Amino acid sequence: MKPDETMRIAGEATASRLILGTGGCNSLEVLEEVIAASGARLVTVAMRRINPHASGSLLDVIRGSGATPLPNTAGCFTSREAVLTARLAREALGTSWLKLEVIADELTLLPDPVELLSAAEVLVDDGFTVLPYTSDDPVIARRLESVGCAAVMPLGAPIGSGLGVRNPHNIQLIVEQSRVPVILDAGIGTASDAAVAMELGCDGVLLATSITRAQDPVAMAHAMRHAVEAGRLAFLAGRIPRRFHAQASTPHEDRLELASGG
Amino acid sequence: MNGVAVVVNGESRVVPPSTTVLVLMKDLGAVRDGVAVAVNDELVLRSRWEDTKLRDRDQVEVLSAAPGG
Repeated sequence: MKPDETMRIAGEATASRLILGTGGCNSLEVLEEVIAASGARLVTVAMRRINPHASGSLLDVIRGSGATPLPNTAGCFTSREAVLTARLAREALGTSWLKLEVIADELTLLPDPVELLSAAEVLVDDGFTVLPYTSDDPVIARRLESVGCAAVMPLGAPIGSGLGVRNPHNIQLIVEQSRVPVILDAGIGTASDAAVAMELGCDGVLLATSITRAQDPVAMAHAMRHAVEAGRLAFLAGRIPRRFHAQASTPHEDRLELASGG
Repeated sequence: MNGVAVVVNGESRVVPPSTTVLVLMKDLGAVRDGVAVAVNDELVLRSRWEDTKLRDRDQVEVLSAAPGG
């Protein structure tokens, strides 16, 4: 069976269900290896003031790896900031695809649903393909879809926490109701977390720090690639129902009988 | 000659009158792919850099892609 690696967002096929974030990555050489090992075809970038001392080009590394840069609005606290950042990103990178992120505060980095929805509406009207980073609230996810977002990206846990999927029930509710792809974004700590997200029926996973801050980022990138594929296959294969008691897998008929009885 | 006082990426700067965004970008060594400019919270399309003149107290943001997210 093929691993079903292709994900479709806004009618476009992406040859990997793993979207790689570059947060926490401080070496372009390592990034190049990580992209190759993860198989990611979409790689997020933030927009920041130009750095005259920057050596090497992040965009060249991403494009040179056969991946497409996906700009985001990381660090924006208001709809207005996010909308301007999005427009700058579209102009700078020549893509209307956007990971929309509007956070509420620096302690939790949780999405601000009010500002997020407002920015999403403006940007969809402005022709962007909006992929919003959102909380695991099915109601907000539904609202984001209804204003025209091309996917919804609920968090598994706060950004950088590595706590995994804290509310699998909500993620399942979002998967069940959504007609756009659901991409679990944030909270992944290790490979099993990514597999869990995929087993819940998510179309993809977006992760950054679990790879970039792992002790061996390239090895973790390999692990994540396999975990996403394994989780997807398990979801498609259909797991057995959970049972409270054991259920013998071997029939009891035709067992031996001891001559001495008992 | 009276200069025009602007703020570029948070730093004060005085430029000659009639300086355009394009001239500023050349001064910054930032005329390259992957860079975008906003003046006073409005995107200035690259095609308009040449005819957009900086005015006193303009706030200019020059951004490019960086690791993140």
